[in-house]
Amino acid sequence: MATIRFTSHLVRHRPAPMITAAGATVAEVLQTGLADDPLLRGYVQDEQGRLRKHVNIYLDGALIRDRLRLSDAVGPASELYVLQALSGG
Amino acid sequence: MATLWVGSRKGLFRFDRAAAGWQQVGKPAFLAAPVTFVLDDPRDGALYVALSHGHFGCKLHRSDDRGATWVELPTPAFPKSDAPDAPALELIWSIVPAGADRPGALWLGTIPGGLFSSTDRGESWVLCSSLWNRPERSRWVGGGYDHAGIHSILVDPCDSAHVTLAVSTGGVWITEDGGDSWVLGGHGLRADYMPPGQQHAPLFQDVHLLTAPACDPDRMWCQHHCGIFVSDDGGMTFRESLDVAPSAFGFAVAAHPQNRDRAWFAPAVKDECRVPVDAKLVVTETQDGGKRFTTRRNGLPQTEAYDLIYRHALVVDSSGAHLALGSTTGNLWASDDSGESWQQLSATLPPIAALAFAP
Repeated sequence: MATIRFTSHLVRHRPAPMITAAGATVAEVLQTGLADDPLLRGYVQDEQGRLRKHVNIYLDGALIRDRLRLSDAVGPASELYVLQALSGG
Repeated sequence: MATLWVGSRKGLFRFDRAAAGWQQVGKPAFLAAPVTFVLDDPRDGALYVALSHGHFGCKLHRSDDRGATWVELPTPAFPKSDAPDAPALELIWSIVPAGADRPGALWLGTIPGGLFSSTDRGESWVLCSSLWNRPERSRWVGGGYDHAGIHSILVDPCDSAHVTLAVSTGGVWITEDGGDSWVLGGHGLRADYMPPGQQHAPLFQDVHLLTAPACDPDRMWCQHHCGIFVSDDGGMTFRESLDVAPSAFGFAVAAHPQNRDRAWFAPAVKDECRVPVDAKLVVTETQDGGKRFTTRRNGLPQTEAYDLIYRHALVVDSSGAHLALGSTTGNLWASDDSGESWQQLSATLPPIAALAFAP
């Protein structure tokens, strides 16, 4: 199971506890991990499933490469960290 | 007691008018979040606030206890597509009650130019596909934003199936059947930014705000990119107000609710110089259907004023006696004499995007 953690900047607006979820890609992990809170998912992705322009996801310490389809491969012990990009401030 | 909601670049503020005058009340809601629109629904007292977080996208919240607590609502969503440039919500620009006979029903306008409807107080939204799929929509263009948007939605108080909306930039659109079909109005508007031969094409008109008096939905006031226009047939055709001093350029217009011939505007120099003429902030008022205009400046800054009034930041209450004016400089004024004189409520607010009087 991968782990998703959220920046405190996001938690200001909506509760976002650490989540563990299964999935082979970033998109799959977000889909399963945030299935119970689609509004929280909307803070990370737009309605087309793309990563929001001013949101970043670090996967095991590196920025994900595919911001459109979030297809970066996720391992069973991967950690995803969702945070705001400085560009959006 | 009257209440004025102030939607700003950094949150929602509340002002109440008591015996001692207008006072800011409580702490701001959504502090530091940009507010793009506020609706105080006269049907059930619900408050709706649209936000545009810099990082996390547009959000929508409703309060059923006058702002004490808020519940986050789903945001309208565009149809799913695999195209890399598939549309996604960029701004919630307008939310209006869909009629006194339709409790809980709402219309909502967005950038990109989507019209959405809800029948359950914002708990779910449906895109009005009949407008979204109009072939002319591909020729709408952004006015100040990357994409076109719907900022004005007028529901006929006598017939909620009759809705008129305005697009920046995409003209005036009218439905008589609740959104099943649309016709393009706005004949007579003039777009001098277009090449010769296309300046009067209704599709290319940049309406900054369209509004109507509650007493007469056929009378419509249009603050257009290129001037002030008046309609007597519900937005199908317009005539231009000429010789408007100090300027016919602006974004905001407020219509007197009971006097169809009376409206207020907040002029700026022109498109490429969006500041008050001669750095003196004024409100202009017509009382004769747009033939003549009176300049109101009593109580407004007359030296070194660079305030711009956004389209949703000049409002009038249901009596026509009380107005409010909010600026990009974070100044807020109110008038208790139908705009003849103004008092400053604050000079230290964040930039103001939208105002709403409690009904």
